[in-house]
Amino acid sequence: MKYEYVIIGNSAAAAGCIEGIRETDKKGTVAVISDEKYHIYSRPLISYRLKGDVTEKQMNYRPADFYKVNNVETLLGKRAVSVDSKTKIVQLETGEKIEYEKLLLATGSKPFVPPMDGLDSVRNRFCFMKMDDVKGIEKVVKKGAKVLIIGAGLIGLKAAEALEHYDCEMTVIDLADRILPSILDKKTSEIMRKHIEAHGVKFILGTSAKSFKNNVVTLTNGEEIKFDILITAVGVRPNTELAESAGAKVERGQRDAAPNSVSGKAEPADNCLAARSNSIHARGFITDKKQAVKGVKNIWAAGDCTVSEDITTGTSHIIAIMPNAYAQGLVAGRNMSGNKDTFDKAFPMNAIGFFGLHIITAGAYVGDCYEENDGENVKQLFSSDNKLNGFILMGDKIKRAGIYTALIRERTDLTTVDYKLLCEAPQLAAFAREKRFDILSKGA
Amino acid sequence: MKKIYVNEERCLGCHLCEFYCAFANSGETEMFKAFKLGKNAVPRIKVEDGNGINFAVQCRHCDDPLCMKNCIAGAISKVDGVVKIDHDKCVGCYTCVLSCPYGCIVPDKNGHSAAKCELCAENGTIPACVQNCINGAIVFEERGE
Repeated sequence: MKYEYVIIGNSAAAAGCIEGIRETDKKGTVAVISDEKYHIYSRPLISYRLKGDVTEKQMNYRPADFYKVNNVETLLGKRAVSVDSKTKIVQLETGEKIEYEKLLLATGSKPFVPPMDGLDSVRNRFCFMKMDDVKGIEKVVKKGAKVLIIGAGLIGLKAAEALEHYDCEMTVIDLADRILPSILDKKTSEIMRKHIEAHGVKFILGTSAKSFKNNVVTLTNGEEIKFDILITAVGVRPNTELAESAGAKVERGQRDAAPNSVSGKAEPADNCLAARSNSIHARGFITDKKQAVKGVKNIWAAGDCTVSEDITTGTSHIIAIMPNAYAQGLVAGRNMSGNKDTFDKAFPMNAIGFFGLHIITAGAYVGDCYEENDGENVKQLFSSDNKLNGFILMGDKIKRAGIYTALIRERTDLTTVDYKLLCEAPQLAAFAREKRFDILSKGA
Repeated sequence: MKKIYVNEERCLGCHLCEFYCAFANSGETEMFKAFKLGKNAVPRIKVEDGNGINFAVQCRHCDDPLCMKNCIAGAISKVDGVVKIDHDKCVGCYTCVLSCPYGCIVPDKNGHSAAKCELCAENGTIPACVQNCINGAIVFEERGE
């Protein structure tokens, strides 16, 4: 089989690519390959599904007729095992050979499960990234079940929130000394930990699993815990193997630049991205700004399998968030179909809530910090050299957050706005009259 | 297409538009019911005031809506020029609140979904904020940008 466009992966980056291609090329043949058998769905919604907030159908990332409307052929439930960039062939596990003219690698990432003694003896062991993980957990979870979650990051804690619905007795362990280290600083992490603890989740931090024997774990602090279900959510690793052998350039994400690049007063050890999980420094595809993969021809990449240049730090690392995946996919699709577009505004951003307490964060936590904190509603804005580098907003303070995000995205010179007013509350009144009139008379 | 525009010169900052907006989208039959008895209906229009400047702002229905591109649930779409949230799909993560450069998407009163101006498409022909602005500071018109 031969297609003009072949996409490996079936999530946000794939949707962006398909929509990017179809903006101009209505006829070119498109095929999507995925080892998952499902209609394109939103991965982060798996916790809402487990909780019972949404049905499988409501998880669709695009409408049921998406492939039909866009004239896309699907090869679902089929794993791609290799790419030959010279003959332009993707080999599937089934033995089928798929020929492409242009290929998008939207392969995402897979859970990283560190080697732990006796892990194989554990019954009911899951990761928490895909639809099948939820379906597996749903089959075995019973009211009041004892659940052990390894990893107090976004994935582990979303699983905990969902499982509270089943009145599970939950213990979350993490090697780090605080929860959500990838998005929160020490203070806000503490607030969130207390909030989650109030919902019955027990944390054991600064500890890891030493060994397992059946469904009992021995921790490095000597403690033993019995459990019915184990969820490992330590981190993720990009799926790059497929094309690495074909010559696609793959590199490890950079550590942050020395804090001398900013004239900040914040403590770098706590506040800069150095505290973030190792996943962002994993190896990902290296692309140009048009998302074309370096080292090979006719291959593009988008999403969690790629390394992006972070405009808030100047360093390149993996920014595994859906908005980036979609934006990169869209840019790739446009370039693949002969248009010109670039993706050069990558930075981390997250909006997420746990047990009713919402947080919105973005960028790098370096520079001078403006802070409001009443113990539950928090605003921290980090700026240096007249640029907003990042923010942490919690509780009531999340309102109108996008006005701050835009300051980061556009690298707005803060001397052109009333920053003092913006610190008090995100508002358009802080912009110069002409700029405000421009916004109010149209939009982006 | 017709959009809502504001005239800063005419706005007195009375916030009536916020009340009418919240009421129109509350499903209640009388205004007081939308705000009393713990039902804090949420306006989808925001009046900014202070330092002698007053104006209202609501969704601009952008040509390139970042809220739609960034929505993790695929719950936001643009239909006939109107950016809409599918409340059946929205899980209330507020990635749209994070994304909107104008601060025009709000957490809804239930705390589980987001809300925004949809030009009162469900509520009649003229948006409630326009209809009830006593100073003519909010208009609904075609401007052919």
